[in-house]
Amino acid sequence: MPIARWKLFLLQALVAVVALGVWHVGATIPISLDGQNKPVYLLPPFFFSAPLDVAQRVVKMFTDGTVKIATCAEPFNIATMLQTNNSCFGKTIWQHLAITSIEGLLAFAIGSIAGVALGFWFARRPLVAAVFDPYIKMFNALPRVVLAPIFMLWLGLGIWSKVALGVTLVFFIVFFNVYQGVREVSPVILANARMLGMSERQLFRHVYWPSALSWMFSSLHTSVGFAIIGAVVGEYLGSAAGLGYLIQQAEGTFDVTGVFAGMTILAAFVLLVDWLVTLVENRLLVWKPPAASQQV
Amino acid sequence: MASETEPTAPAVRLSHVDVAFPEPKGGVFKAVSNASLDVANSEFVAIVGPTGCGKSTLLNCAAGLLAPAAGHVEIFGMQLSGLNGHAGYLFQQDALMPWKTARDNIALALEIGGTPRIEAVERAQVWLGRVGLKSFGDRYAHQLSGGQRKRVGLAQVLIRNPKILLMDEPFGPLDAQTRQIMGNLLLDLWAGDKKAVLFVTHDLEEAIALADRVVIMSAGPEARIIGDHTIDLVRPRDATEVRLQPRFHALHKAIWGQLRSEVIKAYGGEIG
Repeated sequence: MPIARWKLFLLQALVAVVALGVWHVGATIPISLDGQNKPVYLLPPFFFSAPLDVAQRVVKMFTDGTVKIATCAEPFNIATMLQTNNSCFGKTIWQHLAITSIEGLLAFAIGSIAGVALGFWFARRPLVAAVFDPYIKMFNALPRVVLAPIFMLWLGLGIWSKVALGVTLVFFIVFFNVYQGVREVSPVILANARMLGMSERQLFRHVYWPSALSWMFSSLHTSVGFAIIGAVVGEYLGSAAGLGYLIQQAEGTFDVTGVFAGMTILAAFVLLVDWLVTLVENRLLVWKPPAASQQV
Repeated sequence: MASETEPTAPAVRLSHVDVAFPEPKGGVFKAVSNASLDVANSEFVAIVGPTGCGKSTLLNCAAGLLAPAAGHVEIFGMQLSGLNGHAGYLFQQDALMPWKTARDNIALALEIGGTPRIEAVERAQVWLGRVGLKSFGDRYAHQLSGGQRKRVGLAQVLIRNPKILLMDEPFGPLDAQTRQIMGNLLLDLWAGDKKAVLFVTHDLEEAIALADRVVIMSAGPEARIIGDHTIDLVRPRDATEVRLQPRFHALHKAIWGQLRSEVIKAYGGEIG
């Protein structure tokens, strides 16, 4: 039986309320006093901050428009942003968000294009696939974080080292999906298309391509998520702007409230992106039957 | 139709065809042995045999999807090499492109041959009407029932107006009522221009109800053609009502006598 929408929403909200409530109580109501008559908390604010403080900080970040980094007279534009280590980056939270988004978007686009192209090539050329198989596995097994410093060395502290990190994550997801998608085109659909008189080019356009795309789209949530992860981790490890940078800066000064505020914004941002992906997906995959678990 | 050049050669001629597949452990599995069969122009021939006897394999040879290990296939007197361009093929499994609507699936069959999109879509709509799916054009495959998908498949094949129609247990997965409705639809469409039809089925009643000739295959491996029966029921027929005629029963009895031992053999082989 499907759960009513409002009921589901209420239950979801309840989870947040309980979690925040426990956090709030633990961080603001003292459980005892220590030797100097100072209150002792279950969740000391220095380590855990408090939900209201975090909320205030988030609001302040958006209303103030400035987040402590060097202010700069130059107006925001993408050209300056692309320059390595320009201190004019990231004046406002919107600019940090914009930078993380652009990095994620570029990582997603480049990774997807490369993944689709190579996935196709490998699927249609078994020899190529067999030759590169161990290398693909090798690179896929590599924890991408270890590549981040190298990318910074090669591409500098600007957005491209983050994009590169995101690409290495997105590429493999898209690649494996497209590879699988092209190889697992239903033989009946292929035979039917051939009997209808399709040439190799028409087969590509009407059969292989849509099939591969459908597999790519089915991993859209994962690959978009990884694109953002790549961007944020890259920023975290060395940058002058972006959400990852904000969190890293706050951690560097033991500003736990700042860390949580950054995480909150990141979480909201990811939810928003995920929602957009769902919209795109519903539009592109209208022809897909609903998953078995959603039928009933 | 009648204005077309009337080739004296049969639409499909299989002569002494062997089909063999390599076995995973080495060696070859001989599915069909020495099969010879002619399908004349505008003749409706059904191949009946027990499960796994290689009926579909033989059909794939006629389609050019499979090359025979020995013997040869002629289409209108010409040796077949590669795919059979004169044939339309209706598959047992769903072969519609799931990412296209019913209308686009049908129109695509024309677009492949270079028909402009607008014209192809218009003609596809006409065919949707002919198979009784006028208002279902915008549906995707998963939004159609099994029978409706078969209708779309039939329209997709017939819109190209192939001279030969190959059908591989096309109504196999459908329920009994839907099969008879589809059978009548097929007969109606076929009566229009009488293409040569090669229809594979395991359902003897269906074969007798639809075909001019019923060919019986023995149980595999090395299945052979063991019987060839002319069905002299008058046309036009109703695929449902024809089953009540005494002549139908007589034919059924005669052919079933031959088929039964093969069916038992096929199952015996499986169990043993």
